[in-house]
Amino acid sequence: MYAALADTDLGRVIGDDDGTGDRRVDGVDDAELLALYRSLVLLRTYDERSVVYHSQGRIGTYAIFWNHEAIQAGAVHALRDDDWIFPSYRESAIGLLRGMPPTTILQWWRGHPSGWWNPADWNLGSIAVPIATQVPHAAGLAWGKKLRGEDSCALVFFGDGATSEGAFHEGINLAAVMNAPLVLMCNNNQWAISTPIAAQTRARALADKAVGYGIPGVRVDGLDVLAVHEATRDAVDRARAGGGPTLIEALHYRAAPHGTADDPRAYVDSARVAEERGRECVGRYERYLRRAGLLDDALVAEIKDAALQAMREGITAAEAEAPADPELLFANAYVGPPGNMRNG
Amino acid sequence: MAELTLLEAVNDALHTELERDADVMVLGEDVGRAGGVFRATAGLLERFGAGRCVDTPLAEAGLLGGAVGLCMAGWRPVVEMQYDAFSYPCLDQLITHVGRYHWRTGGRMEFPLTIRMPYGGGVRAPELHGDSPEAYYVHTPGIKVAIPSTPADAKGLLAAAIRDPDPVVIFEPKLVYRTARGEVPEGDYVVPLGKARIAREGTDVTLIAYGAMVNVCELTAEALDVSCEVIDIRSLRPLDEETILDSVAKTGRVVIVHEAPRTAGFGAELAALIAERAIFDLQGPVLRVTGYDVPYPYWTIEDAYMPSVERVSAAVRSLLG
Repeated sequence: MYAALADTDLGRVIGDDDGTGDRRVDGVDDAELLALYRSLVLLRTYDERSVVYHSQGRIGTYAIFWNHEAIQAGAVHALRDDDWIFPSYRESAIGLLRGMPPTTILQWWRGHPSGWWNPADWNLGSIAVPIATQVPHAAGLAWGKKLRGEDSCALVFFGDGATSEGAFHEGINLAAVMNAPLVLMCNNNQWAISTPIAAQTRARALADKAVGYGIPGVRVDGLDVLAVHEATRDAVDRARAGGGPTLIEALHYRAAPHGTADDPRAYVDSARVAEERGRECVGRYERYLRRAGLLDDALVAEIKDAALQAMREGITAAEAEAPADPELLFANAYVGPPGNMRNG
Repeated sequence: MAELTLLEAVNDALHTELERDADVMVLGEDVGRAGGVFRATAGLLERFGAGRCVDTPLAEAGLLGGAVGLCMAGWRPVVEMQYDAFSYPCLDQLITHVGRYHWRTGGRMEFPLTIRMPYGGGVRAPELHGDSPEAYYVHTPGIKVAIPSTPADAKGLLAAAIRDPDPVVIFEPKLVYRTARGEVPEGDYVVPLGKARIAREGTDVTLIAYGAMVNVCELTAEALDVSCEVIDIRSLRPLDEETILDSVAKTGRVVIVHEAPRTAGFGAELAALIAERAIFDLQGPVLRVTGYDVPYPYWTIEDAYMPSVERVSAAVRSLLG
């Protein structure tokens, strides 16, 4: 049976539910703490509503990111708007944190062309479906910005399974050799569909892989939004100062199916999942903010209502959009299309 | 005009395009300090600096994936794959991203990258230094593919590729890197993609080829007492269908020649085009002279694999009964 990695060496900021171990992150003020909460709620609401929309046949197959919100929001909040984000499909809704309308992302999952954006409009790469192949893109972007004398950096998300791919190795190595300003955020939820981390690697920790590339590797609690935020901010500061890439491993345990087409009961430890769901990251942060006196019932309700409203408007707008024009088969395959492209 | 080898023409194009556009950069394995294993990139590091002629780690998928990111940062990367068969790891990035990213952005972001690589056999090299992988590339939507056979085209097609807003792959016939010599215009010189070249005019049979096989067809035409028209298609995508069909209308007989294995090779596409569009012009079957459906061989027997003047001549004679 798969044994969980020890979590005693994890970076943490949020203490236990009785407040033991709570601390503040230097430089993160009350407004930013609340902004992080709003982002967590927005992502959580997007995810939970999407599963419902899928069950209602309103979106297609959907990759669930329930309980991954702390990693996503914690990391993105450490970036400037001119920094680039390269998501995997697990971070499909990350654009919400840059102000992208929910409709756009819902349309992506509805297979509608209006769900595909211009990366330059959001400094956000397309949702990468093949595993780890976005890592070299992020390395190239970060390196290319540095070559141009700009001080923006890049953040790339990928999962634990991605660290077995050649593209992960080639991308992280390229970034390291070029001293590219890149933050590599490994969402280690310990499962690649049904494959547990022990079948993926013999490494003690995925963050240990950084050693082989000559770059820093850190490991944080993936359910602690402030720990992720602090580690990402430190990595971004180092990248911007010319210190090159950092590998961050955000450790948690996948507490939801891989996607709407997956039934994990065939392979997962249900007791462990139940335990993990009890530690879910949004409620944990909510309790931290309440202990700090920053959040009360009224504000929680206001923030959750706003997120729900955004989703209601998003799906309504998506469903009101005209069906895709089949002409779009051809419209964007090339800038200068070859004459025989339409021969079918 | 200067008389250059095909390899020198490639080098000339790179110097010209890097000089012309400050966004153009060259990257690849051994392209900087060594100037490339064939010296195609010689002098670029010294002239344009380490930021625009970059020695990369030995990782073709990372190299091409990195170039996707460089495009997003505003560069026009020219990626050298050191050899044909060394490019295979990059097919992952080529298929999953390079050919699709423009489409994926709803046509709003361009990926003007160029991949260039020496390709083809006949040079007495170790295994996996003699492949002709053009069909893998041309089968990938979103990618353009061109293959020069002369020094002037090597310069002009590469310049066109670098300036093109779409990803373009240029295969350079290494067999004639140093033996193909010819006049090459100095400075700015572009040969547009999608225009075939009639290498030799004739009336009895059309020989269609690209890369090093153009020379084999020209030698065949000289050796035979038959009027052969030799078409160097130069660009596989976009393809100049009209030049091919016009020639078939004139001669009624076709032999297609390529080094790559036969099955699903580009010759099959050309044969299908002619069957669909010119079958009533034909006076005989469309024939192919190609490599065989085997791994590219040990070099002591590679001449038995490569299409030769003898094999092309036999095909021509069979058509003329």
